[in-house]
Amino acid sequence: MSTNPPAGNGQPTVLKGKDFASDQDVRWCPGCGDYSILKQVQTVFADLGLDKDKVAVISGIGCSSRFPYYMETYGMHSIHGRAPAFASGLKLANPDLDVWVVTGDGDGFSIGGNHMLHVLRRNFDINLLIFNNQIYGLTKGQYSPTSEVNKKTKSTPMGSIDYPVNPGAFALGSSASFVARSMDRDPKHLKAMLHRSHQHRGTSFLEIYQNCNIFNDGAFFTFTDKATKADNGLFLEQGQPLIFGAEKNKGIRINGLRPEVVSIDNGQYTADDLWVHDEKDIFKASMLTRFFDDPSEEGALPRPFGVIYEEDRPTYEDEMFEQLEVAQNKTDADLDALIAGPKTWKIK
Amino acid sequence: MSTKTVKEEVTIKFAGDSGDGMQLTGGLFTSSTALTGSDLATFPDFPAEIRAPAGTLPGVSGFQIHFGSTKIFTPGDAYDVLVVMNAAALKTNLERLKPNGTIIVNSDGFDKRNLRLAKYEDDEDPLSDEVLGTYQVFKLPITKLTKECLADSSLGTKEKERCKNMFVLGFLYWRYNRDMQETIDFLNSKFSRKPEILDANVSVLKAGFHFGETTETFSGQFEVKPAPLEPGTYRGVMGNEALVMGLITASKKSGLSLFYGSYPITPASDILHGLARHKHFGVKTFQAEDEIAAVCAAIGAAYGGNLAITGTSGPGLALKGEAIGLAMILELPLVICNIQRGGPSTGLPTKTEQADLMQAMYGRNGESPVPVIATKSPGDCFSAAIEACRIALQHMTPVVLLSDGYIANSSEPWKFPKASDIPEIEVSFAPSRESSDDPYLPYARDEKLVRSWAIPGTEGLAHRIGGLEKEANTGSVSYDPANHEYMVKIREERIEKIAEFIPEQDIEIGPESGDLLLLGWGSTYGTIQSVVNTMLAKGHSVSHAHLRYIKPFPRNLGDLLSKFKRVMIPEINNGQLARLIRDKYLTDVIQYNKIQGMPIAKSELEHAVLEILEL
Repeated sequence: MSTNPPAGNGQPTVLKGKDFASDQDVRWCPGCGDYSILKQVQTVFADLGLDKDKVAVISGIGCSSRFPYYMETYGMHSIHGRAPAFASGLKLANPDLDVWVVTGDGDGFSIGGNHMLHVLRRNFDINLLIFNNQIYGLTKGQYSPTSEVNKKTKSTPMGSIDYPVNPGAFALGSSASFVARSMDRDPKHLKAMLHRSHQHRGTSFLEIYQNCNIFNDGAFFTFTDKATKADNGLFLEQGQPLIFGAEKNKGIRINGLRPEVVSIDNGQYTADDLWVHDEKDIFKASMLTRFFDDPSEEGALPRPFGVIYEEDRPTYEDEMFEQLEVAQNKTDADLDALIAGPKTWKIK
Repeated sequence: MSTKTVKEEVTIKFAGDSGDGMQLTGGLFTSSTALTGSDLATFPDFPAEIRAPAGTLPGVSGFQIHFGSTKIFTPGDAYDVLVVMNAAALKTNLERLKPNGTIIVNSDGFDKRNLRLAKYEDDEDPLSDEVLGTYQVFKLPITKLTKECLADSSLGTKEKERCKNMFVLGFLYWRYNRDMQETIDFLNSKFSRKPEILDANVSVLKAGFHFGETTETFSGQFEVKPAPLEPGTYRGVMGNEALVMGLITASKKSGLSLFYGSYPITPASDILHGLARHKHFGVKTFQAEDEIAAVCAAIGAAYGGNLAITGTSGPGLALKGEAIGLAMILELPLVICNIQRGGPSTGLPTKTEQADLMQAMYGRNGESPVPVIATKSPGDCFSAAIEACRIALQHMTPVVLLSDGYIANSSEPWKFPKASDIPEIEVSFAPSRESSDDPYLPYARDEKLVRSWAIPGTEGLAHRIGGLEKEANTGSVSYDPANHEYMVKIREERIEKIAEFIPEQDIEIGPESGDLLLLGWGSTYGTIQSVVNTMLAKGHSVSHAHLRYIKPFPRNLGDLLSKFKRVMIPEINNGQLARLIRDKYLTDVIQYNKIQGMPIAKSELEHAVLEILEL
């Protein structure tokens, strides 16, 4: 547990979620999904026993990027789309810091798409929280790179034409070592995923479906509302068959090279016939990220939530510090030798 | 016996196809020249394309050296000797050969194919007396002589031909009365694992030398005496190389790890390459995905307590603008090395220019003052880099360090300092605090108006910083109108206050007051020095002052300018420093601008100065 800061009696204090709340007033719109995420993050930081002074929360620009101001940790509200780059440099300056990046669908996939790609493949040990609300909130309601086609917004009065990015597939395609999905309206699941993200050594990509009740209310209700959640969401558990549905009577079976939805209560298939989730299997993970159908379509595959993929891979900073060590063990850092160079001559 | 003619100064241009090894030849000739004690300056002239088609005009690669028994300030305007390995090299370089100059020609590089590639007409003979009549021409079948020399070697024809630059080098070593041993030692270490190539190069080098000796009937030998250089130990240094050493020295002297975030760009990439080779100094180099990520990663590293540097050239500086503005409002130390090249846009990537001064000063949104300092020569890059780091660290600010393609790739003899003679750079982080202490105020300022550097991981200092306007002292987000104006003013004031912590401007040469002051910055240094020396020798009242600090200007600059009847500002741009000087001091300055991707030639500037003096 946390050993700081010492209270008046010198005893280490166990921090609570509220100890991670800064003195700033939270200024998101009432009813915004961000409130729930903020609360779960603060709770999980306390549960994890994090030291406030060893945590840095880095954000870009957008509604979600106000996050650091509300956290009683170190934090930087940087510039649009570039938070992963700031976090990379910070991690290389001090690899012992617990670095969290908070970004959104616009910040992370539009203006910052390039940095998202590269931070994932480099695999710094940092945690990325991507608040996906499928809309631009701070600029007041334009469509985002994750908005569905034909989205009518202020900037697309006849409907948007862009085909949306698939964040999970993007992350896997960028060689992410950890890909997970959760939602603002399931605190228990979100907390579990935040724990898993933190536990993973490498860049953790956690996409969080977040409701923007002002500009895109209900974008994810199919997955988050009690009445429809069980039939449209697929909650992954390591080593368990892929079963979903309010009655737990549906499952995913791999038929040849393709997944299909089957009933396991009509005698044809049982749980034993189903796809068993394996987070370590990149091929299965690739398929799961393609479970991206519009839930309103006939025969839509359910949307997966949970850890889709996890791989144990060396981090960028470990590799860099190893190179430094090798170089330092091999050659003396002699400043005079550096300045003189290999060849000198004397003028008398 | 040949007679040795003593020359005060000589400029040689080596020119050939990209594959002819002209840079190596020039480099070796330079090393040999330095050992004779002459002063020198060099400048390479690369093609923009990596592998332009062999034999073509865009494929010509050149290397210029100016050496002498007097102080040498520039690589020279026009050449005394032009070495050309093929027709294209002659065509692109003949124009700048001095009247009565010497041409050493590889006549084997003038066959039909080479003439056609160099775009000579079918009936044209560029080596005929009609064309080259006024020059002293040595037509040597260098390729053939090289192959004959290597008749017994088992190397293939192409490998044999590749040794022909050594023939030229050997010939010049004879002509300038040089000892070949140093070059032979170099070849020994370079080709230690390829004995056949080593033998071939050494044989051809000696063959070139002996060719000079045995054919001395048609040429003489020259001698250039040592220059009156300050006694001491010297090395040759190129601008980017000195910059790398300066940054590493600043890291050691400040006790901070060096972080360099960069994206490859001509002519700054050699800084990235140079630093990447010095991991044993704890140097962290990060080749980012783009210019923006490079500067942002550096700012992240600065936040974490490293000495953070990013390096680029003009187009990259444009991309970094927003992030530099963030570093400015965050008040974090950062050095941005901008190795200027010809602009605008992609411009002239391999040519030099000084046209990013305005961008360095003002290329950000909002009121965003950032110190700007400029280096003036290859060796000067060392101390300029240390100074940029010192200002960044001690004043908690991004600093733009301006160099250019000319400085970056030129070389000069450098009397280097001892590490122990270089002062420490004192840096302190905000100390940890107990929860019972007063709250930490991230934007409280000391008497220099500098805030404290609180790095993540320090107990009790958890705080948030960001790009939104911040309340004085607390750093909390503030939209208060009066606070914003106060913060804008104080950010300007704190940068201007740096003038109290930098030296006063001095006059390099010439009287403290008089008819004309040549005020320069950056790579025009050598040309201006050389012109003013000549003017002083002729008895004119001309002085030279060269600015290292452009933002803020040295505190006495206004007074200094007012002591001259006229002030002339030579720049390789359209008059950018001239605007800044007029703006700040209302001084009516005379502009001298040359914007041709090349250094200002001494003769041109001399002419312009004489015209003014006659007014």
